[in-house]
Amino acid sequence: MLASLFCQIGSSVKVGPTDTLYRRGAVRLESNLSYASSQLPTPAERPGFVAATLDSVADLGEVVIESVRGLGEITLFFLSTLSWMATRWPRRETLFASLYQIGVRSLPVVALTGTFIGMVLAVQSYSQFRAFGLETQLGAVINRSMFRELGPVLAATMLAGRVGSSIAAELGTMRVTEQIDALVSMGTNPIRYLVVPRFIACLFMIPSLTLMAVFMGVVGGGFYCTFVLDIDQYYYYSNARYIGANWDLFYGITKSFFFGAAIAILSCYRGFHCAPGAEGVGRASTAAFVQSFVVILVFDLLLSITLDNVYYWLWPHEAR
Amino acid sequence: MNDRSVNREMHIATRGLSVRFGRQQVLRDVSLEVPRGQTLAIIGESGCGKTVLLKTLIGLIEPTAGEVSFAGQLLRGLNEKQITQLRTKFGFVFQNAALFDSLSIADNVAFPLLEHNRAKDEEAYRIVRDRLAEVGLPPAVMVKRPAELSGGMRKRVGLARALIMEPEVLLYDEPTTGLDPIMTDVINELMIRTRNTHPVTSIVVTHDMSSALKVSNRIVMLYPISRLADHEQQIIFDGTPNEIEKCKDPRVAQFLRGEAGDRLESA
Repeated sequence: MLASLFCQIGSSVKVGPTDTLYRRGAVRLESNLSYASSQLPTPAERPGFVAATLDSVADLGEVVIESVRGLGEITLFFLSTLSWMATRWPRRETLFASLYQIGVRSLPVVALTGTFIGMVLAVQSYSQFRAFGLETQLGAVINRSMFRELGPVLAATMLAGRVGSSIAAELGTMRVTEQIDALVSMGTNPIRYLVVPRFIACLFMIPSLTLMAVFMGVVGGGFYCTFVLDIDQYYYYSNARYIGANWDLFYGITKSFFFGAAIAILSCYRGFHCAPGAEGVGRASTAAFVQSFVVILVFDLLLSITLDNVYYWLWPHEAR
Repeated sequence: MNDRSVNREMHIATRGLSVRFGRQQVLRDVSLEVPRGQTLAIIGESGCGKTVLLKTLIGLIEPTAGEVSFAGQLLRGLNEKQITQLRTKFGFVFQNAALFDSLSIADNVAFPLLEHNRAKDEEAYRIVRDRLAEVGLPPAVMVKRPAELSGGMRKRVGLARALIMEPEVLLYDEPTTGLDPIMTDVINELMIRTRNTHPVTSIVVTHDMSSALKVSNRIVMLYPISRLADHEQQIIFDGTPNEIEKCKDPRVAQFLRGEAGDRLESA
């Protein structure tokens, strides 16, 4: 009994890399095919200690190679999307459907998110600013945080959940039910027909929605400060019009273009490389959100550093 | 001619075709030649690589080794535009029809026409109506969504979509799987009628023996690699429907009669 359990563990170690490969979608098996697992080791082939150690090193190597390959594949996927975008613009009805689905349908939830972030910022900073008698400065603080950081990042996070997961689930289902194969068999490039409209929609709609989130955040923060916290309206609004607001808005919106592109590419890629079955679709949509979120955070840091450098390059006297 | 090169006189030919997914070999050294106008049935148990073979013919799956040719033209080495052009000469009927569920039936069937600018809207929908009538569906289904149709109706829509570009080759992936006996025969009759009215080469992947015997004039049986010895060919039978009924190979006979035999233990 115990021996057979060890054998099972042994064989699961042995098939590990295949399993990893499969999860990453590098192997596109069709859902209706089930293959005999002839390559699995029999219990008699259970590896010894040295072999098991070497196996795990090999597995690690395979995971690393697969990660690099995955990154390369995403890059190629992105380049292919760009080249199709340049050669043939999608048909109007296909593009409008994506713009509507991704942009218009996300408007309420993004506006709501923005409003609440603005109000929460007011609540959180009020007590600290009041201690110094600086509560009339709250407008500048709230607006600056909304423009530069919270507006773009939280709107993008919200949209990675709403838009990214739904794109991955939709394209994943199309992959699983052979609809993507059907497209190819009819001589239509699936990247051109499915990815390009969604990419364009994300690229233009996510910054627009970010603008909406930022606007609602400013309104929400202003409303809470002046009506609930009773800060004098005149001072609040005159301080809120701080110098550099234009740059900060540009800063935030520039970031959101990158976030939009990342959400579109990662979600479409995940959907395209979906593993068979309902579980595969679920996994693709989760992976689309999680990876988009991580990439948003990484991009946020890199873009913040880059844009700050650009700022100090343009206005060197500010650096002092 | 070099032994390893494909026979370019055939409508569709493969030579030494191998497909491998990771560590899983699905096809090994499969060579097949299909002359123009033939209806070939590829039979074999689930997982033996029939669908993979069918998809390799149209470039949906890249072979690990070997060549596929269509009308003397090798698929490998074609650029994106050429392969797109070539695919418009194929009609593929998918196992579960693979209709786009975001589009209406009319838009689904008209899709290839509109996509390749072969017809404008009104003209396209007129052709759609004719094609749907050919597969026995009323114009009323045109406004419906795929989810609103039964399995048999969806298959017929799939056939209408495959026919709309007037292809030279029709590929059917398990066209009768999951249908009731009457609808199975309707689809069989439709396949025969299509062959009689359109000059097409057809390849039917199926594990429904009655369907294979009825519609085809040649049958090829594939066997899973996992149960083959290293030197054995994956195609274990190639002949006419009459010949397969007289075939002495126990593996073919077992499949023909649908018996579990020793597979109950070893499967």
